[in-house]
Amino acid sequence: MRGVLWLCLTFAVWSVQAELNIEITGAGEHQTPISVVRFAGEAPGDSGLASVMANDLMRTGLFKLVDPAGKAPHEPGEVKYAEWDGVEAVLMGSIKKLDGGNVLVKYSLLDLVRRTELETQVLMAQGDQTRAIAHRIADMVYERLTGSAGVFGTRIAYVSRDQGRFRLVVADSDGYGEQSLLSSNEPIMSPAWSPDGKRLAYVSFEQRRAMVYVQTLSTRQRTLLASFPGSNSAPAWSPDGNQLALVLTHEGSSQLYLMKNDGSNLRRISFSGTIDTEPNFSPDGKFLLFTSDRGGSVQIYRMALDGGSAERLTYDGGNNFSARYSPDGKSFVFSHYEGGKFYVATQDFSSKQMQILTAGGWDKKPSFAPNGKLILFGSESQGRGILATISSDGRVKQKMVAQSGDIREPTWGPFQKQ
Amino acid sequence: MKKLMISLVLLNLLAACGSNPPKADVADAKPAQAEPATAAPVAVVPMAAQATDTQAATSSAAPAAAASTPAQTDTAPAATPESAAVMPATATSAAQEAQFTDEARAASVTSDSAQGGGSVYFPFDVDAVQAEDMDTILIQAKNLSSHASLSVRVEGNADERGSSEYNLALGQRRANNTKRALVLGGARSDQIETVSFGEEKPRATGHDEASWAQNRRADIQVGE
Repeated sequence: MRGVLWLCLTFAVWSVQAELNIEITGAGEHQTPISVVRFAGEAPGDSGLASVMANDLMRTGLFKLVDPAGKAPHEPGEVKYAEWDGVEAVLMGSIKKLDGGNVLVKYSLLDLVRRTELETQVLMAQGDQTRAIAHRIADMVYERLTGSAGVFGTRIAYVSRDQGRFRLVVADSDGYGEQSLLSSNEPIMSPAWSPDGKRLAYVSFEQRRAMVYVQTLSTRQRTLLASFPGSNSAPAWSPDGNQLALVLTHEGSSQLYLMKNDGSNLRRISFSGTIDTEPNFSPDGKFLLFTSDRGGSVQIYRMALDGGSAERLTYDGGNNFSARYSPDGKSFVFSHYEGGKFYVATQDFSSKQMQILTAGGWDKKPSFAPNGKLILFGSESQGRGILATISSDGRVKQKMVAQSGDIREPTWGPFQKQ
Repeated sequence: MKKLMISLVLLNLLAACGSNPPKADVADAKPAQAEPATAAPVAVVPMAAQATDTQAATSSAAPAAAASTPAQTDTAPAATPESAAVMPATATSAAQEAQFTDEARAASVTSDSAQGGGSVYFPFDVDAVQAEDMDTILIQAKNLSSHASLSVRVEGNADERGSSEYNLALGQRRANNTKRALVLGGARSDQIETVSFGEEKPRATGHDEASWAQNRRADIQVGE
């Protein structure tokens, strides 16, 4: 398992520095005790490779971080197995600056129980991308130890408001590495990732009412997708990326429509006359989840794209909305509003039981990580909107508090093709 | 004759609003209102009903009478008036909510005028124009009907309880219903544009009923 991987992440232009405080609470049931040793050559400070990787692994709830307690091996040969009692795996390595500004990172993962080397790899990247490298390594460690794909190298999008300015932001999955895609004096809403992760559809009020735009991340080029009279909103991509579902009001109340990703071939697919909104495609592209008040209260429904009647999915007291499928299509995550509080909840299609995951507060707009193991949502701390994640079993919660701004409408992006 | 027509329309409006919980006696609606006939008039157009946003630009001069034919007969889910199921007990009570809504309305009515526009207010998760706002509607409608070249933009808003998208939809319905009321009051459909800001542009930002009441609102903005 040796090789050189090039990370070609070339979108360094609009980087905005934001300091985050990260707070992790809760614990998983079966946590693997793991040590992450500070890499040789790491600059001192909290943003080093090891701490980024440790934080990534920690917030999954699957690992317990064990302090190396002074031991500082950087290569497999330096590990004395007898010293690591109670630890099951150790991650170590080194980082070296190369001429020309690139860095060479070498890491090794050891199984301390079987006393074997699981993996050693060498990665090369631009020197300002150490966080991206750390996420990449954490992904490989996660996959090696759990068998599931890691999502630390994926990105998220959200809207940040600060003193009357609205920004559409793309960031690393841990909230760092903010890049502004759009800045406006008018509101921005509902960012939605294209399945290939290269574009975002969103709602902007820059022309003084809600219209749907699609923007390519790498070029920042954007097109106006829908600008019918009234409101144009709630864009959602089909799994193949060829079409979008969206909500228009030009024929009356908010109804669901489909169009091709170039804006052509518009057709209405809901005819309730009530409010139908927040469409979300099933992973197989055959169904849509959506929010409707057709039954009196606001609830989640499912309809087949090829016709047929809508089926109500949520019956629990209060209102339920903002549903999104899990990546395996077996469940969905949504917002539950009851007694003046918003909760993140999931529901299984087979058991039809709602499971409330958060303690309640201002927890809105949940979305699954592409591996289904974590859920990202908007929460609130001291009157400001913040990002938060919770493991999909509800055990481990992480709050990410930005120093400024009010964060809303987060959505987790897909796996990036390397 | 036109005056009589407007009076009839006004009666229609009041009757239509009867289906929503009236919060105050509205018998003192100022303009016109001479008719003794208190019986519900014919052709009651439920304002709460789903209004097709009769597309602007097409109809040139369709005053009150023509416009009062309901454009769409879609069943109206409508204006679920503050059902206990929707409004949890631990949140603000309906009475409290009504009080705050009245206060928000009273606070803004001083700045309302035919030239400067006005605001109408809504209970939680309700999109039907309330009887208490008839004065505001009629002043604006009259202004539009007597100034044919004038146009207004109705901006619907919602409080923050719900998803941003649901609230955008709710704000749009509030704007659409406000437009419908203005058309019933004599304005032409093509004088009115409707938009929604949902929960995105709150007038008050607190997580409390006093703030929410101010944000459940449609603003009628005159001319541009």
